[in-house]
Amino acid sequence: MITPLENIIIKTICRLLIPFIQLFGLYVIAHGHGSPGGGFQGGCILAASFMLVVVAFDLPEAKRRFSEKMNNIFSSLGVFIYAWTGWMCLLLGANFLDYGILSKILPVNPVMARYYGMFSIEVGVGITVMAIMVSLFLDLVTGGKHEEALDE
Amino acid sequence: MKSLAFIVTVITGVLLIYATADFPDWGDPSSPASLHVSPRYIEKTVEETGVPNMVTSVLADYRGYDTLFETTVIFTAGITAVMLIRRPRK
Repeated sequence: MITPLENIIIKTICRLLIPFIQLFGLYVIAHGHGSPGGGFQGGCILAASFMLVVVAFDLPEAKRRFSEKMNNIFSSLGVFIYAWTGWMCLLLGANFLDYGILSKILPVNPVMARYYGMFSIEVGVGITVMAIMVSLFLDLVTGGKHEEALDE
Repeated sequence: MKSLAFIVTVITGVLLIYATADFPDWGDPSSPASLHVSPRYIEKTVEETGVPNMVTSVLADYRGYDTLFETTVIFTAGITAVMLIRRPRK
């Protein structure tokens, strides 16, 4: 069970550190084309920053910042973004996930449309992985009883 | 019965090990895997997709359908874990 931790040093350091971890996670997602990285890795880094909130503060504080309902919405939103990127290509007249056709609605040439199509699906993957990692962490660490986690 | 299972296991293992002798060498440039689609990915990635990272172009573009359902598998597994473990307070 998670016990609340009243340690000003840990809280201050984490408050300073978490924005940089999240920035790095966003960088790994957004720059996954050009360097090692991508949606899966970046999503895990974003989830790690949230886990640090849970460990350094406590569970109600963490859930106040990122509620369970939002978490569930985000976990399906990522797959939704990915699948709809594919469907957009289908609706514009190309094959499923054939991003080149997205140049009809984006102001770029077909090659760069593939680039932005890949960016869009990486964002989708990152959102899903982040939300699923967070919900797995919260459920496993409290045995599924979020509300009673601080009672004992 | 136990000895029969042992003999079958040994025979299958020997056959599998014997078959590995026909595999192409590690990193062999004339192996089927290096001749079919790999040259296209290596030569045309920047030209066709605009990304400098070959891994991403294969993962997200040429094999995008695979990655879509990888994401769906993660989503389904996570939702299943939540359904099984989560016990909200009434």
